[in-house]
Amino acid sequence: MTTSVLFDAQGPRAKQRNVLYTVVFVAALAAAAWWVFSSLAEKHQLDWVKWEPFFTSPQPWETYIWPGLQNTLKAAFFALLIALPLGALFGIGRLSDHRWMRMPSGVVVEFFRAIPVLILMITANAAYAEFTTLATEDRLLYAVVTGLVLYNASVLAEIVRAGILSLPRGQTDAAKAIGMRKGQTMRYVLLPQSVTAMLPAIVSQIVVIVKDTALGGAVLTFPELLASVRPMSANYGANTIACFTIIALIYMALNFALTSFASWLEGGRQARGSTPTSDPLLRCGGGGGRAPPPPPPATFAGHLTRASTVGCIRSVIPPRTTHVAALSPSSPSTSTTGAGGFPQWTR
Amino acid sequence: MEAREIVFDFLEGYDLLGAFWVTVKLTVYSALGSLIWGTLLAGMRVGPVPLMRGFGTAYVNIIRNIPLTVIIVFASLGLFQTLQVKLGGGGDFEVINFRLAVLALALYTAAFVCEALRSGINTVPTGQAEAARALGLSFTQVLRLVILPQAFRAVVNPLANVLIALTKNTTVAAAIGVVEAAYLMKDMIEAEAQLILISAVFAFGFICLTLPTGLLLGWVSKKVAVKR
Repeated sequence: MTTSVLFDAQGPRAKQRNVLYTVVFVAALAAAAWWVFSSLAEKHQLDWVKWEPFFTSPQPWETYIWPGLQNTLKAAFFALLIALPLGALFGIGRLSDHRWMRMPSGVVVEFFRAIPVLILMITANAAYAEFTTLATEDRLLYAVVTGLVLYNASVLAEIVRAGILSLPRGQTDAAKAIGMRKGQTMRYVLLPQSVTAMLPAIVSQIVVIVKDTALGGAVLTFPELLASVRPMSANYGANTIACFTIIALIYMALNFALTSFASWLEGGRQARGSTPTSDPLLRCGGGGGRAPPPPPPATFAGHLTRASTVGCIRSVIPPRTTHVAALSPSSPSTSTTGAGGFPQWTR
Repeated sequence: MEAREIVFDFLEGYDLLGAFWVTVKLTVYSALGSLIWGTLLAGMRVGPVPLMRGFGTAYVNIIRNIPLTVIIVFASLGLFQTLQVKLGGGGDFEVINFRLAVLALALYTAAFVCEALRSGINTVPTGQAEAARALGLSFTQVLRLVILPQAFRAVVNPLANVLIALTKNTTVAAAIGVVEAAYLMKDMIEAEAQLILISAVFAFGFICLTLPTGLLLGWVSKKVAVKR
């Protein structure tokens, strides 16, 4: 039994009550499961014929799923590849001492964060159709990547900014004291330290990118993983449920790997940070000794600390009270889901 | 006067406000749904019953790792077209899809509400729960009377972020034919020539929705924050 501050250690009566709750809950789950299975069976969605193609022949994998997955990964990869440097640029731009650089970066970042990715994708698609002569296939990929880049670059910019702001002021002061120029301070002192702090948030953002590629399939007919459901279920006798199950499992496996990687990065970093022997300079975001989190940007609304900053700050803020660990139920298993109780950001 | 009429000519014949009204309705309904379901999930995840904790954890991890688009398209193709789930009798295609979109958005967003709340619960000092237990309150009482009220006040900002993300996520309902802003925009772009202008109008519309939400809730969060 995990000890928690929210409830007492359980005596015989509490244990009995818990057993009762468990039984009721199991009954509710079983009823739900029964309803699902019976309605599936009624519509012949559980027939082996509908599931069999995925297990007995490589054809659905080769014809539909693998090409779709390739497109998903391709779009996500290019989006990340372009958005990352762009985001770093804008994030650092927002921290610039020059107004003419800070202002435009801020406006661009806030603008693209306030707009749904889908709107960006549709616009990009129409714009490419009108102003370029790209082949349809390329155009769709370009449109999806463009939409993803515009949005995610601005989110990554906030991650970068929050990461850099999360470093103690003394770092900049010390760099100035030994006579470094601003660019040098950024390159040799601030960026190397904050990259470690940002990494988990960046990896979480990759999950968002992967998930958002599905928009291109559903609305723009970009032939990615989700878009492969329709032709596939049409070809294998309307096995919609089976197709969705397989597709969802693939997305889950992909994103779960990324999420686990993110929390491994985070956990590893924190563990390293808290070892007393570790170099204080490299101690980014570990336990104590952190500067207070950066104040939320005053511009444009508190909500703009959302996403990114939540992701970033969550790894930086020292827990306000000590009972995070005590309270967190089943700490070992939740810790693998990342974020130590903090939300992982979506779009 | 003249110039304005010519520039915004393309809006003629489209129900722009109506589409944004659908967006607002989607947002409000699914926000309420996800707040309730998300709070229940958070309660399960910190509660004393291991099975419920497991369920909450599994739910959050599964839903978070599936794209919203997949969930919404499944609601239409799988739930409605295959299993004939209509969520309440009658209604034409449009109405059913609206309900399904609300359901999908609420189920998806609840996972994030749950995580935001859980992080809020973590900000409540241990002494609060200990004092509540010392008074002899049961788990549900501790949660309902002591912890959650404080946790909610701590997570107004994170919840505002979830709400804003939800507002933007409602555009995904366009994938199943709910005539909200993104759907109308796609329609208009196909029919009209003023691509940039149309996009600008819709971008402006979303900024009008998200900006005040953020400002307002940012103000609220400062107002209600527990001073410690």
